[in-house]
Amino acid sequence: MTTASVSASDVISPPDLEVVNMTKQFGSLVALDHVSMHLKPGTFHALLGENGAGKSTLVKCIMGFYQPTSGDVLVGKRSREIASPKDAHQYGIGMVYQHFTSVPAMTVAENLVLSRFDPSVMIRWQEERDRLQAFMDQAPFQVDLEVPVAQLAAGQKQKLEILKQLYLNSRILILDEPTSVLTPGEADEVLGLLRQEVTNGRLSVLMISHKFREVMTFTDEVTVLRKGKFAGHGLVKDLTIADLSSMMLGEAREPKIVDKVITTADRPVLEFTDIHANKDNGLPAVRGTSLTVYSGEIVGIAGVSGNGQRELVEVLSGQRSPTTGTVVVNGTPYGATRSEMFHNGVFSLPEEPLRNACVPHMSVAENMALRTFDRPPQSKGSFLRLGSIRQMANRLIQQFSVKTPTPETPISHLSGGNVQRAVLARELSSDQINLLIAANPCFGLDFSAVEFIHGQIVAARNRGVAVLLVSEDLDELLSLADRIVVMSDGEFVYESAIADADLSTIGQRMAGH
Amino acid sequence: MASEALGWLGVPLAIAAGTMRGGTPFLFVSLGECLTEKSGKINLGLEGTLLTGAMSAYAVSYLTRDSLGPMLAPFAGVLVAGLAGMVLGFIHGWLCQQPRVNDVAVGIAMIIFGSGVAFFFGKPFIQPSAPLLPTIDLLAWTDLPEQFQSAVKISPLFVLGVAIAPLMTWFFRSTRWGLFIRAVGDSPDAALAMGVSIFKVRMLSIVAGSFLAGIGGASLSLYYPGVWTELVSSGQGLMAVALVIFARWQPMQCLWASLLFGGAQALGPALQSVGITQGYYLFNAAPYVLTLVIMVITCSPTRTMTGVPGALGSDR
Repeated sequence: MTTASVSASDVISPPDLEVVNMTKQFGSLVALDHVSMHLKPGTFHALLGENGAGKSTLVKCIMGFYQPTSGDVLVGKRSREIASPKDAHQYGIGMVYQHFTSVPAMTVAENLVLSRFDPSVMIRWQEERDRLQAFMDQAPFQVDLEVPVAQLAAGQKQKLEILKQLYLNSRILILDEPTSVLTPGEADEVLGLLRQEVTNGRLSVLMISHKFREVMTFTDEVTVLRKGKFAGHGLVKDLTIADLSSMMLGEAREPKIVDKVITTADRPVLEFTDIHANKDNGLPAVRGTSLTVYSGEIVGIAGVSGNGQRELVEVLSGQRSPTTGTVVVNGTPYGATRSEMFHNGVFSLPEEPLRNACVPHMSVAENMALRTFDRPPQSKGSFLRLGSIRQMANRLIQQFSVKTPTPETPISHLSGGNVQRAVLARELSSDQINLLIAANPCFGLDFSAVEFIHGQIVAARNRGVAVLLVSEDLDELLSLADRIVVMSDGEFVYESAIADADLSTIGQRMAGH
Repeated sequence: MASEALGWLGVPLAIAAGTMRGGTPFLFVSLGECLTEKSGKINLGLEGTLLTGAMSAYAVSYLTRDSLGPMLAPFAGVLVAGLAGMVLGFIHGWLCQQPRVNDVAVGIAMIIFGSGVAFFFGKPFIQPSAPLLPTIDLLAWTDLPEQFQSAVKISPLFVLGVAIAPLMTWFFRSTRWGLFIRAVGDSPDAALAMGVSIFKVRMLSIVAGSFLAGIGGASLSLYYPGVWTELVSSGQGLMAVALVIFARWQPMQCLWASLLFGGAQALGPALQSVGITQGYYLFNAAPYVLTLVIMVITCSPTRTMTGVPGALGSDR
């Protein structure tokens, strides 16, 4: 990319994108039902809806991943056949996915070069480097070119994804929940810079989101989908959060949080001292952390992902051995064996529950019985009592509204939110529960699932359960926790009762200052 | 005899010669496996490919010795060995990318299939002697002892293998195709998002890798030991897979590792040549011991390996 072509592209505004009457069926399932939307040139447009509302299907049809059953995509007022992401790229449309699509083992420079649809076989690194540097210098944000992507923090990776599209000269950016892995600070920075590009008329942005705050702050227009159908559209300046919420959920619904009752946090339940642990690659991840969690309180651990929270949670849940340090639960040393978990009432909601808390190919009922199958009434001697297991599963499925075709369905067939509900049901159904360790329990879940899980966590706390909540979502911590701790580079660098917590200090500590 | 004249000096010399001779098949198979594994699939079947390559190279060299002459016939053999490898690679590449098919299981089946094919068609070629590949004699003009001479006889295949290693490093770094293979091997989702066909990339990587392994087989039957028997490979194809792990999936490291394995293999015969017959079988087991030792050293419960392609061993 030369400077000449950049200044030329400054003049041309991004193309107009319109979706007309689009329908997409997967077998008997209608994922999109006659949906239309219009992305005007040089605007920031939000696509709002709950999980399963059809937002992703719509953008995947625009990008050529799926072929719509009927309906048209108009780019620059003309109907276009988009058969693959390559075609979409030709019309200047680029997409940033919810999950990172850079190759972790390659450097930023390699990823950028690779992303280009370019027939040349050989790569002259000398020239490429100069060109990439020139591109980076005039880009809205910078990422070091020579660093392998695996070593980038989440925010940096997300920036790289966006840079990649800018590098490809995309004039219409489609962002699929771009901030779900970012801290609020990072999210504001990235969206703010994109907002600037849009205001300058260099880009149009279509952003899938279910965060009202971002929609209200950064976007011009919003289109709302509900259950695959068009549910509303408007200029953001004319709408309130209540309007958006009612369009998205069907009826106006106030976010309800179970009220916290006053508990006396006096009995220490979880105490760990001087925990050190290594990452998978043998480098230190947790460097000497100590904390006590009392009964009836929620202690939140905030921090940008990759600062040792994952390893700390793995140590506490027995998935990783600490290099030094002790964990004490209810006054006795705790090694996270199955019997210790049972006797001390330790339960956990790990992140990525399908990977960390489920056996994916086993059924929902079997997964729900993982804590209890080896003791009566679910087993008798060495034999399982399947009837009792199924009975409990049915009860939990109903109580926690897990959407599953049958209790016998493999749990990996469920959506993310329902897997999380199933695990939550298993972990919170016991009356012996004493300590709950939760890590990013609401990652990637929709509005109603988040509300449900938050309610359950607070309800557990109100019953006197000690809760350790590790989360990358600061808003979540601020609304749930009684005490907040900030983890940065493997150490606890800030601790405060929630009432005295100072947001700007927390932000600085999270950023390592 | 020359070896007696050389005495103990003969041991390092024999090992040096053996390093080149014995290292050549390791080199080709490990480079082939390296290419394959970079794309995210394992091909254990290279053991079978090695045998098929050895058999077809020997057979073609024998059958065409009159029509092509003893100079060209072995080269025709090398080419056909590579092509035979490609056929096996194609079968593996297609099978292991079917839904719910595991590449390790297919690989084991391909070991059996490849060696079966080699034994079945190779029966008539065990007795006759085919023209072997010529060697480059660097010291032919001197009057040094015969053992020196044989030590520096270099096969063109060895030279080719040594040239391929840095070429492959360059390929992975500086060509679009190389980047595609690494992307597919490390993060198939990312590759898919770039519009790269995972199936095609893996298929081509496996087929090209099998081509190299087939040539590795030709080096067994037409260079060293230079015969075709059913025991000619003795598990070298499988050892080469271990060697790729040892080499951290880097072609240049594959070269050094192959030389090390080749040298280890030459230890037994070298010691025998100076009259140490005790523990002959033990010394012959050196490559196997080396494989085990490397496995033990490289695996650790607390660390994950560096350099391993992200999709390797997963179902993606």
